[in-house]
Amino acid sequence: MSSPNQLVLRNLRFSYESAAWELRIPALALGTEPLCGIVGPNGSGKSTLLKLAAGLLAPGEGAVELDGRAVARMRRADLARRLGFLPQECPALFDYAVEQVVALGRHAHGGTLDLPTAADRDAVARALGDVGLEALRHRPLSHLSGGERRRAWLASALAQEPEILLLDEPTQALDLHQAAAVMEILARRAANGLRVVAVMHDLNLAGLFCDRLVLVQAGKIAADGPPAEILTENRLVAAYGDKIEVLRRPEAQNPIVLARK
Amino acid sequence: MIFFQIRLPRVLLGLLAGGALAMAGAALQVIFRNPLAEPWTLGIAGGASLGAFLARVCPFLWLAWGPLNTSQALALLGAAGALGLVLALARRSGGAGGQTLLLAGVTLGVVCGGAIMVISGFISPWKLAEFHRWLLGGLDAADWASVGALAALAVPGVALLLAQARNLNPLGLGEDMAAGQGVDVARVRRWTAIGAGLASAGVAAVAGPIGFVGLLAPHAVRKIVGPDARLVLPCSFLFGGALLAACDALGRWAAAPLEVAVGALTAVLGGPLFLALLARRRGPA
Repeated sequence: MSSPNQLVLRNLRFSYESAAWELRIPALALGTEPLCGIVGPNGSGKSTLLKLAAGLLAPGEGAVELDGRAVARMRRADLARRLGFLPQECPALFDYAVEQVVALGRHAHGGTLDLPTAADRDAVARALGDVGLEALRHRPLSHLSGGERRRAWLASALAQEPEILLLDEPTQALDLHQAAAVMEILARRAANGLRVVAVMHDLNLAGLFCDRLVLVQAGKIAADGPPAEILTENRLVAAYGDKIEVLRRPEAQNPIVLARK
Repeated sequence: MIFFQIRLPRVLLGLLAGGALAMAGAALQVIFRNPLAEPWTLGIAGGASLGAFLARVCPFLWLAWGPLNTSQALALLGAAGALGLVLALARRSGGAGGQTLLLAGVTLGVVCGGAIMVISGFISPWKLAEFHRWLLGGLDAADWASVGALAALAVPGVALLLAQARNLNPLGLGEDMAAGQGVDVARVRRWTAIGAGLASAGVAAVAGPIGFVGLLAPHAVRKIVGPDARLVLPCSFLFGGALLAACDALGRWAAAPLEVAVGALTAVLGGPLFLALLARRRGPA
């Protein structure tokens, strides 16, 4: 049984022809806490797991369910009003203005003609405000820095106002302060009821902001729990290899993960 | 009399053919994520022309029913075959949006053009003269029947494309983003390809291969109205229609009493734009 607003992955199996592993997930419930991070080494299946959860990939076996309904059988627009997905990259075909990108997030809420309603305008304004891009709302994407562009995409996903938002490495290629700013935006929305599930590569950032971490290793879930339980040297060495060190300082809330020579 | 029987249908044919090609180009550029995609550069126009040509020159393939005849049916078949082949080739070499798609499309167009020339060798010269203008892409066979024949395919094609306009916008940010925003990507691609195929086949069956309108018009329109497909598609239709009708008028007046085929004119005008865009794309990102 699943409680409301739960995204449940059940008996899931998926494999790529080229991959050495098969993704196998007996049972995983997402969207159960404000901020959940999916961590694990490169190529372990984190992004695949997220795409399966979003219904973008069809599993070989098993099912993904939102409140007990199979995601694969839902209309994409109906699904998008409840479940959002932000990919790692959004390669723009044309040079959209920031506001246009954010307004595209309202696609699933629009009617035939797609004329913006008051709710659409509010959601766009709120999302622009949350990511701090109000002043740049008319600026074309080509005139933005990498960090600003990523915030514009994030605002588009926020404007969608789903119940659960899945994000694939939202802090990828960002400086530390910008990555932290993105996580703060997500944490604020999560405090207001949004359920966030993000694939993360920065373990320290994940430990600092997430309420729960799911550690994926070679297509399997190696560990699942609060950050303090997941970010242990034993677990991380098993997943990432022995070039990793976990420090625990009494004054810091979270363990600190470092690379070792 | 001349106005109603010859001039008006010719202008209407130009407007509808140019509009259909331009709208098809605008939509194809989004679903293939390639600003150089259009019916001609994807080989769709070539495949459709080969089909239409076969129907016209093979007596046993010619059947007519009112404004509809087998040239439209074979043009559709040719368009679908070309699109399928180009997509399969592009997919094999990784990704449907890359330069392989264009290379395959342009090559297929040239192969279809070559096949038409080879078949022409077996046809008596007096019969070939009938097809000469059509082969270059011309509107001078215009009468009300050909307007009806074009409308029979192009109008449903244009309607299908317009119905997808809203769904094309999120695709501008990539397939995954569009799917996340609630677009059924496979479905939008399928209906857009069918709409563009209908429009291109309709034009090829009546007016032969006309290139680059589908490239010129959407690019000009996006410069003015921006990238929103809900505006770009109808504006491309208007701009492309006006462009083709104007090129046709220019071809008729410039060398009067001789005529320059409108397909030749659009190639001369649009070809350099294609090359310029190609050069810009290939340059450092």
